[in-house]
Amino acid sequence: MSKLLEVKDLRVSFHTYNGEVQAVRGVNFHVNKGETLAIVGESGSGKSVTTSAIMGLLPKPQAEIKSGQILFEGEDLVKKSNKEMQKIRGADISMVFQDPMTSLNPTMKVGNQIMEGLIKHQGMSRTEARKKAVELLDQVGIPHPEVRINQYPHQFSGGMRQRVVIAIALACNPKLLIADEPTTALDVTIQAQILELMKDIQKQTESAIIFITHDLGVVANVADRVAVMYAGKIVEMGTVDDIFYDPRHPYTWGLLGSMPTLDSEEEELYAIPGSPPDMLNPPKGDAFAPRNKFALEIDLVKEPPMFQISDTHYAATWLLHEHAPKIEPPASVKKRMEGFAKTGGKA
Amino acid sequence: MEGTTADMEKMKHSSTESAPKELFVLAQQKEDTSEKISGPSRTFFQDARRTFFKNKFAVLSVILLIIIIIMSFVGPTMNDHGIDDQDLARAKMPARVPVLENLPIPGFEGVLRDEFKGSNVEEATNNAYSRYDNQKDFIDIEVLSEGDGSKNSAEVRATYRVYEAKGMEDEYFWLGTDSLGRDQWTRLWEGTKVSLLIAFIAALISLVIGVAYGGIAGYYGGKVDDVLMRILEVLVGIPSLVVILLMMLVLDPGITSIVIALTITGWTGMARIVRGEVMKLKNQEFVLAARTLGQSNKRIIIKHLLPNISGIIIINTMFTIPDAIFFEAFLSFIGLGITPPQASLGTLINTGFDNIMLYPYMLWFPAIMISVIMIAFNLIGDGLRDAFDPKMHK
Amino acid sequence: MVRYVLRRVVYMLITLFIIATLSFFLMKMLPGSPLNAEDKLSEEQKQIVLEKYGLNDPVPVQYVNYLAGLVKGDLGISFAFSNTPVTDILMDRIGPSAQLGAQALVVGTILGVLLGLIAAVFHNGFLDYTSTIIAVIGTSIPNFVFAGILQYFFASELQWFPVALWGDFKHTVLPTMALMIFPMATAARFVRTEMVEVMGSNYIKTARAKGIGEVGIVFKHGLRNALIPLITVIGPMAVSLMTGSMVIEQIFAIPGIGEQFVNSVIMNDYPTIMGTTLLFAALFVAIILIIDLLYGLIDPRIRIGGNNS
Repeated sequence: MSKLLEVKDLRVSFHTYNGEVQAVRGVNFHVNKGETLAIVGESGSGKSVTTSAIMGLLPKPQAEIKSGQILFEGEDLVKKSNKEMQKIRGADISMVFQDPMTSLNPTMKVGNQIMEGLIKHQGMSRTEARKKAVELLDQVGIPHPEVRINQYPHQFSGGMRQRVVIAIALACNPKLLIADEPTTALDVTIQAQILELMKDIQKQTESAIIFITHDLGVVANVADRVAVMYAGKIVEMGTVDDIFYDPRHPYTWGLLGSMPTLDSEEEELYAIPGSPPDMLNPPKGDAFAPRNKFALEIDLVKEPPMFQISDTHYAATWLLHEHAPKIEPPASVKKRMEGFAKTGGKA
Repeated sequence: MEGTTADMEKMKHSSTESAPKELFVLAQQKEDTSEKISGPSRTFFQDARRTFFKNKFAVLSVILLIIIIIMSFVGPTMNDHGIDDQDLARAKMPARVPVLENLPIPGFEGVLRDEFKGSNVEEATNNAYSRYDNQKDFIDIEVLSEGDGSKNSAEVRATYRVYEAKGMEDEYFWLGTDSLGRDQWTRLWEGTKVSLLIAFIAALISLVIGVAYGGIAGYYGGKVDDVLMRILEVLVGIPSLVVILLMMLVLDPGITSIVIALTITGWTGMARIVRGEVMKLKNQEFVLAARTLGQSNKRIIIKHLLPNISGIIIINTMFTIPDAIFFEAFLSFIGLGITPPQASLGTLINTGFDNIMLYPYMLWFPAIMISVIMIAFNLIGDGLRDAFDPKMHK
Repeated sequence: MVRYVLRRVVYMLITLFIIATLSFFLMKMLPGSPLNAEDKLSEEQKQIVLEKYGLNDPVPVQYVNYLAGLVKGDLGISFAFSNTPVTDILMDRIGPSAQLGAQALVVGTILGVLLGLIAAVFHNGFLDYTSTIIAVIGTSIPNFVFAGILQYFFASELQWFPVALWGDFKHTVLPTMALMIFPMATAARFVRTEMVEVMGSNYIKTARAKGIGEVGIVFKHGLRNALIPLITVIGPMAVSLMTGSMVIEQIFAIPGIGEQFVNSVIMNDYPTIMGTTLLFAALFVAIILIIDLLYGLIDPRIRIGGNNS
């Protein structure tokens, strides 16, 4: 299991009229070949900024990578020029965005949009690229691909368009696919189809996937490992089993607890009160403290470091410190954990 | 994986060193600060006003316009010359301003100046003399090139001190006089007043008609809207230029007719926009809320809809006014608008063109005036548009 | 789609009909006749003239004849130039106006698109700033002011170009420049706004994520989408060209339709005035129709209706 992508201490800020907004404040994670890492978090947690940084697509001059490394197959992407990144984008690393209704060029035939990358990165002729494009459309499950290749995006439904976007992303056999909430804008049934599609394709191509979502149900479905982000930092990271059976960070408890499940008859959903902090003036100490029922005094003073729970499982909470009182997850969360264990797998 | 474990260990040790034991108790739940709003809260209009005033061009334009409007009333009274005092003896005098005439700023010295060519200096000089009333004593000659006998090789610059020549050393015509001897300064400000008046009145009436028409169509919708919009579509299809021309042919020339012609064609744009906005707003929840609380249609229109469409009405008016000014100038220029001796920017520019070769200043002053006014209104309109757009609020 | 076209054509015909009727009745209201006060004609001769022009017939009959004539392209006979059909007068003069208009529209639009593109690509930079200033000035200052400036500096002072009249290509330069400023500025403003919006859209993000170079993104993905709605601005441009032609042909003494119109006004030659006005109206209405249809053809979203299968 070799590391395909390694992000080390990444810090990204945005320069706005009101000041400097610290969107990403020291993020460390890695992705192995062929595995799926899910990044979970609320809006504003920094997940999209992180992936934009990986792709080199941060809007300049407002955004600045203040420090850190992004090692892709050993090379630091942060140090690469835009021209060098253009060779990597679409070929080695590609991306699928959230809104299929606006992600495709409305005045360009779908086939041409797929072929563009093939011609540029793989030097194919138009005929070769056309053939491959038809194959790709077939692969993503679009019927009559030879006909539909000449159609325009508005002639496709939302789910179909997302399949086209996936086809474009896969065209050059990328080693890493970043999917930024690809199913959020779709109906639940279509969502399931797209997720199945992505899993199938991953089996065929063995590419790694970074899957961004705020939906833990999706995480359970597709991910091998999970990173939970809050206020620009990763607060808990581990395998799917670690996170669902043995979560340690109060924020993760909150996320799990706020998932409605079919067999929660009585209690209210454990909802996390309040809203994410203002990243213009990040609070001293743990950013989650104001909303954390289980905050310790030290959370208000000092940021917790990453504590290791196992080879695969880490969490950044003072609750794991030897001096900390032993706190159990709230009842509703525990119930869910037991529920996961009983069904012997994901939720 | 080992490397990471070691890193983790290191991190844990370094930070736990400075983690005093006493702090590991549950925090007292202080007041929940997470719901606190961090910026000062402002109303929409305050935000709009802030954004507008940040736009330096727009603010400058407002100031300029206010000055121009004031001057258009005050200006004509500032000297003793009347609007229509004709005196051919004083025709075509250049601009002369006290104090400025002694500074090396061209244009206000009260002299006529031009270059003259000839095959030699003498011929060139004679050309100069014959243009300038043969007043040799009052013409200064400056030789630019000696020439060699071939055609137009010699060039002299002649400066004709007109005021002295006509015995008017003590008189000042700040912007000169026209071919009938009328004071340009007075006429310019009068003309500006007339043009602005026409434009404002026409714009105002268009506004009222347009808002009423569009508002009714948009608010009541259904059949009412259908009928009103069909009529509007046909009306819009008739080019306003054509209607204006036809109207001016039939009506007697004058301020009222121009206002009527401009109004007839000017309200359609506003009507369309207002209808669109009202339809958009009508379906928003706050209107529904007001209805649920039992407010009458009239109240809803006045209290809820009007404030929200006021922005777009104001912006549209800012662009209607320069349109009106342009049309008036255009009509007067082709002879269908204001007629002399009445002054308007259009007539002034028209006369100016007649004299562009020899006395270009007759054209420049009204031309600059109309340009400044039009640019100012456009900049203000742009500024207002940005100010009312929430995306532009910083 | 076919229904849409039909509907637009019908509207156009209705509009033209209304304009024609309006013109006819206005003309009836105006004083003036083919009889000049100086002509010493006997009563009998005057009657003959009136008969010839059909002015003795009852008004409804005149109206029908008028409409019939219009359909055939007959715009009546000029009051000022007796025996000359208005249509002939106009046909004679259409050449210079058409050339001027076409030059101004084409050159102006191309330059305007370039200007707008530069402004959008160098968004908020110095070039954007300058280009925007040019655009504001261009859409604000009336074109006769520009004509005056051009005539004074380039013709009178510098003598690079002839001051007026028509003949060679060099005669067309200054008038074209004056006429094209408004189309250029309008196009520039429009393209800039459109491009800035397009460049911020999601499909541009997708194109970047594919690794396409900036040049490809600006031209292939950006400009293509920004230019389609440009057609809608041609309407106001056409108006400006028409009003402009009247003014600029006057200033540069160009024998075109605009100059004819102004002269007719001075001479109170109502048939010619009406004829020219109708010509302008028909032209404008036709342009609007063409724009509507063209838009439907160029935008694939309208041309091929969406069928979300």
